Amino acid sequence: MKPPKDSLKTGTHQLSGSQACVEGAISAGCRFLGMYPIEPAIEISNYFLERAKTLDAVYVQMEDEISALAAVLGASWTGRRSMTVTSGPGLSLMMEHMGLGVMLETPCVIVDVQRVGPGHGIPTAPAQGDIFQSRWGSHGDYEIIGLAPSTVQEIFDFMIKAFNFSEHYRVPVVVLTDGYLVNLKSDVTIPRAEDIKLEPRRYYDGPQEKYLPFKRDEDLIPRLVDIGAGYKFHVTGLTHDERGYPIMNEECQEFNVHPLVRKIRNYAEKIVRFQELATEDAEIIVIAYGSSFSAAKQAQQKAREQGIKTGLLKLDTIWPFAENRVRELSRKAKAFVAVEMNYGQLVYEIQRCSQGNANTIFVTHGEKGVENSDDILNAIIQASRENSKKEGIIEYAPK
Amino acid sequence: METLTTRNTYHPMENLLRMDRLPHIWCPGCGIGIAVTTLAAALDKAQVDLNNVCIVSGIGCTGRVAGYVKLDSFHTTHGRAIPFATGIKLANPNLKVIVFSGDGDLLAIGGNHFIHAARRNIDMVVICVNNFIYAMTGGQVAPTTPLTAYATTSPYGCVEPPFNIPYIADSAGAVYVARWTALHVRRLATSIVEALHKTGFSLIEVISPCAQYYSRINRLGDGIDMMRFYHTNAEIRHGENTKNLDIPFQSNIICGKFVDRERPSYTERYNKWRTQIKGEDNEG
Repeated sequence: MKPPKDSLKTGTHQLSGSQACVEGAISAGCRFLGMYPIEPAIEISNYFLERAKTLDAVYVQMEDEISALAAVLGASWTGRRSMTVTSGPGLSLMMEHMGLGVMLETPCVIVDVQRVGPGHGIPTAPAQGDIFQSRWGSHGDYEIIGLAPSTVQEIFDFMIKAFNFSEHYRVPVVVLTDGYLVNLKSDVTIPRAEDIKLEPRRYYDGPQEKYLPFKRDEDLIPRLVDIGAGYKFHVTGLTHDERGYPIMNEECQEFNVHPLVRKIRNYAEKIVRFQELATEDAEIIVIAYGSSFSAAKQAQQKAREQGIKTGLLKLDTIWPFAENRVRELSRKAKAFVAVEMNYGQLVYEIQRCSQGNANTIFVTHGEKGVENSDDILNAIIQASRENSKKEGIIEYAPK
Repeated sequence: METLTTRNTYHPMENLLRMDRLPHIWCPGCGIGIAVTTLAAALDKAQVDLNNVCIVSGIGCTGRVAGYVKLDSFHTTHGRAIPFATGIKLANPNLKVIVFSGDGDLLAIGGNHFIHAARRNIDMVVICVNNFIYAMTGGQVAPTTPLTAYATTSPYGCVEPPFNIPYIADSAGAVYVARWTALHVRRLATSIVEALHKTGFSLIEVISPCAQYYSRINRLGDGIDMMRFYHTNAEIRHGENTKNLDIPFQSNIICGKFVDRERPSYTERYNKWRTQIKGEDNEG
């Protein structure tokens, strides 16, 4: 499936992260935005509205983030690719419908422009504080997919990936960017329509009377139909059987909910994406994602210049976590230096996978640290001098 | 072809109800089932393409309605049926959207969505079954519980003034507002048909007996006693000012069609805006 040509701005343009996000969404066929105003996500909404004027796209500002995601779910069931944009406090409110989206297996994309928290924090200060909230902020058992772009070009590219994942796996996909990245301007190359591959919606194509909304294909994904197509289907947020009817027993819970987890976990290796730099011989491996990547890369290069065998693992997907690769690398490396714009979140996953093999050093940074690699470099040096195995997470303390 | 004579289990509403889900979960004496069959009768009467109609419910006793109606049907989160339905309507304006839920769902946890959908004039029919209590969770006080009425969370009598639902809908901008009791099935059906043909936000309140909780806790008898009460105490006053529609404990219930007016719907305004912008773009 290809995007319609008239919607594409093929070519290289200077775009902000917010603009790249919208262009990516539109290239992915997104035609519905339900949102509620919040900093620093508002530029994305404004630009979507600007672009929606000339497209068959719908834009609605709802009364809060709860209703914004509810509207997105409803819109998605009409066959429109739909998304919402928000920031941490809004994401907290959306957790109710994250759960419903997971339970109804509704494709949609949630762009989270992270800012510092908790509470209201500093509305314009970037952070990576919603890492675990994006995964398990709603109650019950489920898995989602989370992508963390590091550059403006990646915001564009990952939006297309996000819509493709959400259509393929029928799950809400969270794109975790931040207040720094969406305001960054950079050249973005938008491919030609024929070079963009879009995952088509997984429609049911059997006889109408035999449609079962939650009968799973071999890969555990059920088939969709649109509202108004004559199927008269029922779906519910209650634990349900193949027909979508509520059944209140443990067997049905297993039938319904276990696949919500397995349809992602079983295919984690197909979903997980990362990039590596000089990890072959590396003793120290810096692990970073999102806005932390550029400083992490600078530090890795400076460390190499100083003769420390340093590699870099950049996580494109944070959920599912690149568990197998981190474990493999932990057997070869002496230490991981985990860099995050928070006080330690994804590092818990890194430490879990490196336990017993490599040491895990954690480096926190704020907005200033996005362009300053000193702390990361010092942590690398410190890690390279440490010859004993340490348990737990070692927090790097700047001198 | 199946005919009446070849089958002995024919139900006249089986094209509108999910017969494979019956019996339903509602208690004896409850009015929700009456409201559902009235909706089915109204859909039949309204001559609408049923493939084009969808129904969205929230949570609670009335929240279960979507599960029994043979339409594209959604049982969503508590209080959020209206925003879910808003997304459906805006994404595909050709669909007819019905929201069918209870008073607690629509007016307490969903109260904000209710007034904003009415303000925007989203084209949908909202049917609100009002039984004056949270029944699914065992009889707690609701935003509609009359002053002095008992509930499990108001054991000495309700101290909170209740909402007057038609007044809220009217003030927020609904284009069609009516109230009936579970006794007024034909009038209720007529209202649903009218609302289905109306463009904009329509609200129909259905006063319903809750024999298991509201009536039992307040010693008002069974469902049939509540129906008798409606028979004696319901007063039809079409066009009554919605300000005057409070329902004090066990007093007169004013029913009727109170609002029927024209206002451009959200979709109409949105499309007008789009056409205008496109025109300006072409000129530019």
